[in-house]
Amino acid sequence: MTATTETMEPAAAAPLPTGVLWIWRDSWTEATRHLRAVPRNPELLVFATIQPVMFVLLFVYVFGGAIATPGYSNYEQYLIPGIVAQTVVFGSAFTGVGLADDLSKGMIDRLRSLPMYQPAVLIGRTLSDLARNVVAFVVMMIVAFLVGFRVEGSWLAALGATALLLGFSYAFSWIQALIGLSVSSVEAANSAGFIWMFPLTFVSSAFVPTASMPSWLAAIANANPFTKLTNAARALFNGQDPGSDVWQAVAWAVGITVVFAFLAARKFARSASR
Amino acid sequence: MPVAVETHDLRKAFGSTQALNGVDLEVPRATVLGLLGPNGAGKTTAVRILTTLLQPDGGTALIDGINVVEDPRAVRQRIGLTGQYAAVDERLTGSENLQHIGRLFRLGSTEARLRADELLAQFDLTEAADRVVKGYSGGMRRRLDIAMSLISRPSVLFLDEPTTGLDPRSRLGMWDLIEGLVRDGTTTVLTTQYLDEAERLADQIAVIDQGVVIARGTAAELKAQIGGARLTVTGASPADLDAMATALGSLPMVIGATEMDPITRSVTVTVTSAEGVVPAVVRTLDSAGVEIADVDVAGPTLDDVFLQLTGRSTADPDDADGVAAAPAKRKGRK
Repeated sequence: MTATTETMEPAAAAPLPTGVLWIWRDSWTEATRHLRAVPRNPELLVFATIQPVMFVLLFVYVFGGAIATPGYSNYEQYLIPGIVAQTVVFGSAFTGVGLADDLSKGMIDRLRSLPMYQPAVLIGRTLSDLARNVVAFVVMMIVAFLVGFRVEGSWLAALGATALLLGFSYAFSWIQALIGLSVSSVEAANSAGFIWMFPLTFVSSAFVPTASMPSWLAAIANANPFTKLTNAARALFNGQDPGSDVWQAVAWAVGITVVFAFLAARKFARSASR
Repeated sequence: MPVAVETHDLRKAFGSTQALNGVDLEVPRATVLGLLGPNGAGKTTAVRILTTLLQPDGGTALIDGINVVEDPRAVRQRIGLTGQYAAVDERLTGSENLQHIGRLFRLGSTEARLRADELLAQFDLTEAADRVVKGYSGGMRRRLDIAMSLISRPSVLFLDEPTTGLDPRSRLGMWDLIEGLVRDGTTTVLTTQYLDEAERLADQIAVIDQGVVIARGTAAELKAQIGGARLTVTGASPADLDAMATALGSLPMVIGATEMDPITRSVTVTVTSAEGVVPAVVRTLDSAGVEIADVDVAGPTLDDVFLQLTGRSTADPDDADGVAAAPAKRKGRK
């Protein structure tokens, strides 16, 4: 090969990297693409936290007096873990909407034509949404303490509850990723991402004890993985024995992540702009 | 000359629609291939296969001799893709968009920044470098989009309808820009629905319709396929008219009868091809001692070529978007 053709060669001649470092680097590069945008659109984050804060205030002061929660010092102690669980799980919808947006703008096509680790597009997206959820979580906990919520168990248990809640939101991001890659528009991703989460989070122990529901509904609510999450977080924040709820919730989070990460990655490999 | 892009019998079906029905292409290094055809002809499907976004059903596709199906990563290392939509992240600045792609090509952060600055300057975006892309005009987005495809100095650049949706001024600017890239030796595959675009930018044109290449060659060759050009020579003096007609009639590329017009002092003949006509005319008439006032060669347009080849005009999108072709477009981009 002569010197002239050598300069014609693309910068590409370097060997293609492999391994964990490469996966992490590409994933982090993609995550920074989204994180960089957050401070530029602060209103997005503000509105994303206003709704849950409003929910806390409405539930505590409107329903608080009417809902009996035997075994807890007050309704706040019962409600807050449930409403926080709902908020971080709802926050996962950003993943689907964001991916649908990238897809409709041809960004996914561009990324798929690069020699990068392809699933890094999904890993980066879910990680940046997790970071956004951490912010929403912190804001909610501040409001919760202001309305009288207290950690009644150990702080270590409270930390465990936090990890569990964020872990669940991360798992749900992968469900949303699959939805975002499957629907035909950003609007559809928004609807399809939210609609099923309402029954999922309301038919659970998040807002009222399941014993107050009709027995057929209580049976569904008790089997709901979201009830496992809520019960586990509630027990850990209130210094109660969570029994098997923690392990069941962890199993659900891990199971959902594994299954949906696989399905989303497969969908991604076949996806293209529309 | 080494071949940069090569396909053989490339096939792809979406359901019952045959989007590509055995396409053979060959693009020598540092040349431009124009894939010309109406909506749904299969142009985008071909580009998507060559850029590893879509798996072919049959046939082979090679970039620099590397099979796109067998080693997609090595292919991705060597290509740049600018799709039909400006694939830029609106939330980031122009510079950040470029650096982002640079890092995904594993440039270090300094290297990525330098390369971004270089491209911003080359694409006349330096002033807008630190502005969020959301505020960019359509032409600026398109320029940034192409700049992002060039980060890695790709061996082959794919431009899928690069001027669709641009206003006429931005379109001309884009043509200049693409011509500049080609001068620098970037092998380019360009799809277009515009005949003037293919004629101006492409060395070779492949006309695609309903998944097959129905004609190929240079713009001039395609025009010659449907009959020659019309050559009109105007003499300086009316007395020379007969001598001029005789001299022109002796040229090898002239076919058919010679028409003389004493009023305009001109002679009109049909030639097989417009290529090389003018110098031959000048030489011949000069040695015959005839002084020339004007020489005009009017070829058929590529529109005529398309009409002749397909029986349809490209100017009529409703017609070109025929019943069989429309689903190919829709599904082809899924």
